[in-house]
Amino acid sequence: MGLNSQSIDNLIVTSILSSLGKMKITLEQVDYVSALGRLALSPDEKTKFMGQLDDILKYMDTLESVSTDNVEPMAGPVELFNPLREDLVRPSLSVDQALANAPSSDGSSFVVPKIIE
Amino acid sequence: MSHLYEKTASDLAGLLRSGKVSSVEITESVLSRIESLEPAVHSYVNVYPDLAVSMAKKADEDIRRGTAKALTGIPVAIKDNMCLEGRKTTCGSRILANFRPPFDASVVRLIKDERMVILGSANMDEFAMGSSTETSCWGPTHNPWDIERTPGGSSGGSAAAVACGQAIVSLGSDTGGSIRLPASFCGVTGMKPTYGAVSRFGLVAYASSLDQIGPFARDIRDMSLLLNLIYRHDSLDSTSVEIGHSDFTSLLDNSVSGMTLGLPIEFFCKLTNEDVQKNLLEARRIFEKQGVKFVDLSLPSLDYGIAAYYIIAPCEASSNLARYDGVKYGHRAEKFDNMIDMYCRTRAEGFGQEAKRRIMLGTYALSSGYYDAYYLKAAKIRTLITQDFKKAFESCDAILSPVAPAPAFKIGEKIDDPIEMYLTDVFTIPVNMAGLPGISCPAGFSRDGLPIGMQLISSHFQESKLVQLVSAFQRETDHHLKRPAI
Repeated sequence: MGLNSQSIDNLIVTSILSSLGKMKITLEQVDYVSALGRLALSPDEKTKFMGQLDDILKYMDTLESVSTDNVEPMAGPVELFNPLREDLVRPSLSVDQALANAPSSDGSSFVVPKIIE
Repeated sequence: MSHLYEKTASDLAGLLRSGKVSSVEITESVLSRIESLEPAVHSYVNVYPDLAVSMAKKADEDIRRGTAKALTGIPVAIKDNMCLEGRKTTCGSRILANFRPPFDASVVRLIKDERMVILGSANMDEFAMGSSTETSCWGPTHNPWDIERTPGGSSGGSAAAVACGQAIVSLGSDTGGSIRLPASFCGVTGMKPTYGAVSRFGLVAYASSLDQIGPFARDIRDMSLLLNLIYRHDSLDSTSVEIGHSDFTSLLDNSVSGMTLGLPIEFFCKLTNEDVQKNLLEARRIFEKQGVKFVDLSLPSLDYGIAAYYIIAPCEASSNLARYDGVKYGHRAEKFDNMIDMYCRTRAEGFGQEAKRRIMLGTYALSSGYYDAYYLKAAKIRTLITQDFKKAFESCDAILSPVAPAPAFKIGEKIDDPIEMYLTDVFTIPVNMAGLPGISCPAGFSRDGLPIGMQLISSHFQESKLVQLVSAFQRETDHHLKRPAI
């Protein structure tokens, strides 16, 4: 993910195109969305995704021509309901099993960076 | 046919029951086939010879005791997104490169209870996002019919393995065509059951309202055996439906005379490849000879299937993939400034390009200000597609369509053009959107000798019709008997 001048140039050009209204997605939006998605993007990736997402979003424009007035949205293909069960204790994972894939643990908890400074 | 790895599960089951061959011998035949073809085909992420042979030994004990079940002793590959306890389940991604699940997926438990033999984890597009198995961080799988071509995706490894004898049967998953497309490209039979028919517990989620696990096999008889095993309610999956089913193998000799097949004009007008057209036309003739009637249908919302899918699936994926944050399992970045930075770098390092692209697309489409225009709109299109299919099934038993616009494309041909790649799924996606069952069956070959599949779609929980139709077709054709020369 190194920075080089070619990457930055590409990003600047794409960014200008975007702000001229020629693209559906701006650099600010890419930064905002990548922050929401907790993804650190390199300048090359930003340029590439801006272009590709722009193409994809333009393709989605075809949906505007379909009338969906009075159509209910579907969250899934089946009637959703909550299959409940009795609130009884059942076998579950042991602490060791739960920690087995931990990138960092102290034997009884997951160890993570401080959340609140 | 002299090798055990070339035989069907049904034939092998017969040989096992009569004591002519042992599960260990079958397993060793398949393991040796895996070893000789892996450098060229790369169907597997991980192969487990030790596990396979020990499972085969247990299967042989059951067979000796007379307690064997229908598929006891049969070697099976499972896609690398189904949790296999204690073994690496990577989903083709660096972010799960060393992840060992602490539990089995429900379908894996069923396979173990049946005393089948697990060979290993089949290669796949990363997190099941792809149509060619090229986005796997472990490298692509190559089509056994032409190793310069893709096997399709995302269950490319599962399909390729069955096609060339590296597995007798296999399991894949299908969200937008990921079983049916590789089945078509690899010349095998593959089915996506009705949404809710097969448990998703332990299937690593990509798009939860679209994902389904399904079987690959060399013919409809083997597929019916595997479908019998996995098609059932599971209380661990809250979207699993309580539905019984008859023994699918009891339907194999049924006549299809008097059944009606629908032909959606919105699909057929998009078909330009002459080989696919020829094979579909021939399929129609074969069905007509067996007394099947045909009707033309119009399902106008099919035209919007791809656009709606490539909003809904990335939206659901952006939510499902949010859990890969380096906290409890999976890759964690080594260098970071704070917690948020840890997330951002972990995910940047662990995810490949397609996964990142879909997370970006899904996050954008769900973000405030865009939710109505994209996700909600797509969800309404989904309703229209479902309604179109419902109306269609009032005048036919099942729908016949192509699986893919063309036979297998070359590795590298579409990977840099996301929309080109997405258009591969034009015929398969609407089936997932409506939650319907769909099957891909070998229908012939292109002039270059590449397999071409046909798709049959039926109404919810009507897999019995699909089994009958494909069985009738396979009685009259031999495409499913052909094997790649590799």
